[in-house]
Amino acid sequence: MSLSVIPTKPAVLVRGLVRRYGERTVIDGLDLAIAHGEFVALLGESGCGKTTLLRALSGLDPIDGGSVKAPRRPAVVFQEHRLLPWDSLWRNVSLGLPADGARDRAAAALAEVGLGDRLDDWPRNLSGGQAQRVALARALVQQPELLLLDEPFAALDALTRLRMHALVKELIARHRPGVLLVTHDVDEAVALADRVLLMRDGAIAYERRLSSAASPQSVREELLAELGVAPPPRAPAFTSPSSHSVV
Amino acid sequence: MTLADPQAIAAFDAASPAAARKPAPTPQSRAARSRQTGLLALSWVAPVLLLLVWEALCRSGYVAPQILPAPSKVALTAWKLASTGSLFHDLGVSLLRAATGFAIGGLIGFSLGVLVGFSPLAEAAIDRSVQMIRAVPFLAALPLTIIWFGVGEGQKMFLVSLGVVFPIYINTVLGIRQVDPKLLELARVQGLSGWTTIRRIILPGALPSILTGVRYALAVAWLALVVAETVGAQAGLGFLAMDAREFLRTDVIVLTIVIYALIGAGSDSIARLLERRLLRWHPNFGGSGR
Repeated sequence: MSLSVIPTKPAVLVRGLVRRYGERTVIDGLDLAIAHGEFVALLGESGCGKTTLLRALSGLDPIDGGSVKAPRRPAVVFQEHRLLPWDSLWRNVSLGLPADGARDRAAAALAEVGLGDRLDDWPRNLSGGQAQRVALARALVQQPELLLLDEPFAALDALTRLRMHALVKELIARHRPGVLLVTHDVDEAVALADRVLLMRDGAIAYERRLSSAASPQSVREELLAELGVAPPPRAPAFTSPSSHSVV
Repeated sequence: MTLADPQAIAAFDAASPAAARKPAPTPQSRAARSRQTGLLALSWVAPVLLLLVWEALCRSGYVAPQILPAPSKVALTAWKLASTGSLFHDLGVSLLRAATGFAIGGLIGFSLGVLVGFSPLAEAAIDRSVQMIRAVPFLAALPLTIIWFGVGEGQKMFLVSLGVVFPIYINTVLGIRQVDPKLLELARVQGLSGWTTIRRIILPGALPSILTGVRYALAVAWLALVVAETVGAQAGLGFLAMDAREFLRTDVIVLTIVIYALIGAGSDSIARLLERRLLRWHPNFGGSGR
């Protein structure tokens, strides 16, 4: 296989990926490249295989065909925080780090997510947003080349989600890992990503690079249209109820 | 004698720990607290009344001392036996038997449980046999243990160990099996080694269930000891009771029953203390939560 078509050496390179669950082919000949330090968002309807792709990249699931080249140990933040309830926050964050200086590194990572004063607290005393921040600290403390985010903000309330977006943006800018964010939230994708991919029928169906030139609103409408959702009317004053699109 | 199956209860208890534990304490108003104190006092009225009626019946001669001694007489006997030191000697012998039997049975049950919990091969090889032996009420093995070991210390420790093995075994297997698979996935993502995964995720996750097993095993250990000691012994609480039977000393017999009860309650509180200490992180146990 020739790799010469890819201009720079990417952090992730997926060629012709196939993944089946029994008879059903969930991912069917998917190609994907993520550059070092690039933030890619992956949109798609529920059950289109977004999470399956992420699990293949993380090495959690085997693949049935094609090739996946990814850093040996990407960091993952799941939809649930998956903190160990029996360990203090710093012990949670340092899970998998060498024991030497683990507490100091965990402390620094927790300080970055605004929980520097809660080192010895238990996970059960955290709110949903705080727990997800600890999960983010646990992922970043590994200094990963690739960070995989599997709808990490989906269970949070709208306000907390916005705060998380700002925090993630700041942390990613500082640590510069390659990022693949799986989400079903178009606004989230537009707010965070350098490039938005749309997955359909087990492959990448659409791609949109976000530049500062394009207005977020137009990109948003373009993506929604591509997802098969008509954007809501700008002036809904005299529209009949039947003409409303359900988002 | 009918025996509830402690293993089945233990398994059920571990399967739904939240249902079996009392909820975490919540801040109370002063009125609610004084009401609580009132209820606490009320709950002691009936036992004290019962004790007084018992005392009165014995003093008035309605109940002969050979049938049931007065509580005051039992207390006096306790004092006498304690001051000669013979009570503590017998108590010590019994405690040592229980502790040794518990340690041996617990170690075997835990080791087998870990083995079966982790290895499908070990489960195929061991589990069916263990379950079949478990189906036998272990006290039915008593006559056999007497033939094997006589009525010495070995027989008592064996019977206690036999009773302890199963609740510990079953709850250890159950606890390991119930560890959240999502946390095991996390272990792989974080690149933990097999041993670190066991130490940091599987054993802590199995601990609530294992401690439930310990609590039931403690109760079973005492039951086994009472039976073993009553059948034949040269020392210990059971010996004290059977010796007293020869002389119709019902006061001594009642005293041993009371001591057995106290030790049973005591060991249960130790187990609860252990739970509160080791499961501080658990919303249903520790008290330092929000």
